[in-house]
Amino acid sequence: MMVSRWIAGLPWWTPVAILALIFAWPLTAAAQGKFTYTDAMGELFRWMPFLLTKGFLFNVIISFFAMGIGTMAGACLGLAQISQNPATRNLAKFATQAFRNSPWLVLLYIVLLALPFEIVIFGIIVPVPDWMKAVIGLALPIMANVSEVVRGAVQSVPTAQWEASEALAFSRMQTLWQIILPQCFKRMIPPWMNWYAILTMATPLCSLLGVEELITLSRQAMEGSDNHPELLVPFYGFAMLIFFAYCYPIARWTISLERKYAVKL
Amino acid sequence: MNAETNWTPDQPMVSATDVHKSFGELEVLKGVSMDVMKGECVCIIGPSGSGKSTFIRCINALNDIQQGSITVEGQEVNDPNLNKLELRKKVGMVFQQYNLFPHKTALENIMMAPVKVLKQDPKEVEDRARELIKKVRLEGKEDNYPGELSGGQQQRVAIARSLAMRPDVMLFDEVTAALDPETVKEVLVTIQQLAEEGMTCILVTHEMGFAREVANHIYFTDRGIIVEHGPPDTFFDDAKDPRTKEFLSQIL
Repeated sequence: MMVSRWIAGLPWWTPVAILALIFAWPLTAAAQGKFTYTDAMGELFRWMPFLLTKGFLFNVIISFFAMGIGTMAGACLGLAQISQNPATRNLAKFATQAFRNSPWLVLLYIVLLALPFEIVIFGIIVPVPDWMKAVIGLALPIMANVSEVVRGAVQSVPTAQWEASEALAFSRMQTLWQIILPQCFKRMIPPWMNWYAILTMATPLCSLLGVEELITLSRQAMEGSDNHPELLVPFYGFAMLIFFAYCYPIARWTISLERKYAVKL
Repeated sequence: MNAETNWTPDQPMVSATDVHKSFGELEVLKGVSMDVMKGECVCIIGPSGSGKSTFIRCINALNDIQQGSITVEGQEVNDPNLNKLELRKKVGMVFQQYNLFPHKTALENIMMAPVKVLKQDPKEVEDRARELIKKVRLEGKEDNYPGELSGGQQQRVAIARSLAMRPDVMLFDEVTAALDPETVKEVLVTIQQLAEEGMTCILVTHEMGFAREVANHIYFTDRGIIVEHGPPDTFFDDAKDPRTKEFLSQIL
């Protein structure tokens, strides 16, 4: 919850401050060349529609897919963590801890290098583009963290609820699905959204794999505008502003849901 | 439950013989035996930590036992191949902390197990659940969630929830211990009514007046053994064992 709380706790003038920084930059740079700061801003505005529709939209798409896959896999892994079978439980615990505690970039590179660039299904060659590998690479840590969210939520339900259901002849599976999960489902939503915000902010990592998302395209746009150093702050500042604008409402929403679903005992 | 058990109603419905139970190094039951006939109401009393709650939790296999035998209608509970779910369909249990399902209304709490576990027709179960609500005198509270009910009301819903499974035996584990003194009575009246209707009841309780009035038999446990037992009048007026006497003198 830390990230959402930090973002949601930022003062209202944060975007203004970022903008001010972008505008204040030329004062320190004291441009001597012909390429002025106004020119840089003009370049940014020229590229803006491209950066948003071809760049940031792709970050959002990657985050959706990675979150979807990570959530489904994480839910299964989380339930495996509370399995009564020791082998299943320990394997799930190990996988959870391994993927939770690995650097995301390392996982991304491993997936990039380990997966083939195309797979053959029934004689049909299906290419695996880099962005798909990036989705899988980002889904892995999300899976591990969702797994912990599920485990934590299930274990937050008092054991007395398990006993009461057992005494009523509910099987373990019935208890889990009918009694325990309905009680703790809402409690999983705020931490799950928090991980979505973290994931979205991690999507620029994909630029290192050559995926054409916002940061990759910003760099290409700057190259297209002759790589003037004056371009750096406006372009990266703009990227930061976009991520803030996207994640801030999510963070606020997370915090309000967290308050609403706070465990009342 | 195995069809081949030769149990007949003239044999004890619940029979415990030399039950031993340990939690790790700590032995909490050191050879407990008792027989409960069909339609009997038995109260187990004793100081806290004497193993009485542990014992009744062994009857529906919430706790396993290390040694000895417990049979319910002739079915051995201390059996690794025991079908616990079948056993628990016959043995209802009510807990000290009610343990209602907080996300379900009172009526849904009562209906859940018959519908989901016994796969009975929801319409028929609902009719029965409304009858049970009436029986525990909670008309009008059908659609309230547990959080909106008082402790005594929640406990009566919990009793109705157990009865909806039509058990043959009811276990009550200190069901009034967490209640305000004013609400204890409404729960006890419900249990008394059940006992008078012929439900086989095993209660762990601290309510001596109630035990004396309702029970057919009283067992006094201390440190994992049954120190003394007998019919209520003999037990309360003519206790033999010094430990029983001391306990009663502190309580009464």
